[in-house]
Amino acid sequence: MTGKMAIVGNGDEIMVFKAAGLATFPAEDEKKARETLRKIAKEYQVIFLTEDLAKPLTEFLKRFDEEPYPVVVSIPSGNSEGYGIEVLKMAMERALGVDILFHND
Amino acid sequence: MARLNVNPTRMELKKLKARLSTAVRGHKLLKDKSDEMIRRFTVILRETKVLREEVESELSDVLKQFSIARSITPSFEAETAFSMPSVAVQAECETESVMGVDVPKVELVRTKRAEGLPYAYSEITSEADYSVQKASELLPKMVALAQSEKTVRMLAEEIERNKRRVNALEYVMIPQLEETIKYIKDKLDENERAAVVRLMKVKSKA
Repeated sequence: MTGKMAIVGNGDEIMVFKAAGLATFPAEDEKKARETLRKIAKEYQVIFLTEDLAKPLTEFLKRFDEEPYPVVVSIPSGNSEGYGIEVLKMAMERALGVDILFHND
Repeated sequence: MARLNVNPTRMELKKLKARLSTAVRGHKLLKDKSDEMIRRFTVILRETKVLREEVESELSDVLKQFSIARSITPSFEAETAFSMPSVAVQAECETESVMGVDVPKVELVRTKRAEGLPYAYSEITSEADYSVQKASELLPKMVALAQSEKTVRMLAEEIERNKRRVNALEYVMIPQLEETIKYIKDKLDENERAAVVRLMKVKSKA
């Protein structure tokens, strides 16, 4: 199956990916991002979401974990705040209950 | 542990024993499944972490370059330059089974519309060229990251679910069955002893 890729983000960051060939959906706040995600979840299989929007939507994004598609993944916007690592950490804690990778805290 | 509410008969005993053996076998299988899933999970988790770090550092580099480019180009011009991409990307989406969990397997497919960058060199600064090119190069890695992060999340969910099943069997189902079986056995033995004693009494009177 051939799927489509999109990026949801706010303003500047997504423009560079537009030039790289992704479909872009601007969203300035989490509310808009949530709406957009709902709308495009059926149509696009791989969706990148900037970190500042993904963070407040953590709960909402959990619903995508049930099915293989769509794949929603956060990317850092500007400077990374470590949300991506945070997601991995949460998954690890859920599954193993112990910290095997991130010994820094 | 509460025992099940059943009649203490030989029939029930037989049924319960069959259920117990099934439960024990199921528990063992699920436990093995859980072990293997955790092993795979840790492998994928490590890969994902490395990938995540790579993507984050490279991407922030791209974005930095891009914001420089944006700041020296008028926004209107930048918009027109970037809104006609010379490549189209698509994702080849399959699913793969990791320990019975359907996880996504995505591959990037690039279809070129035109050679080179999507704008004339005179329009935009070189930082933009660099960042667009770098972003294109980064895409396969980002797709790989998307795939493995999703796998991690799905596996984590499945492991949690499986753990709950194992625990339910180990700490609820199996003890319950064992206790009920013991109860029925005791009851049947008691009946038997009662019958023997009764017979002895009858005999001694005669």
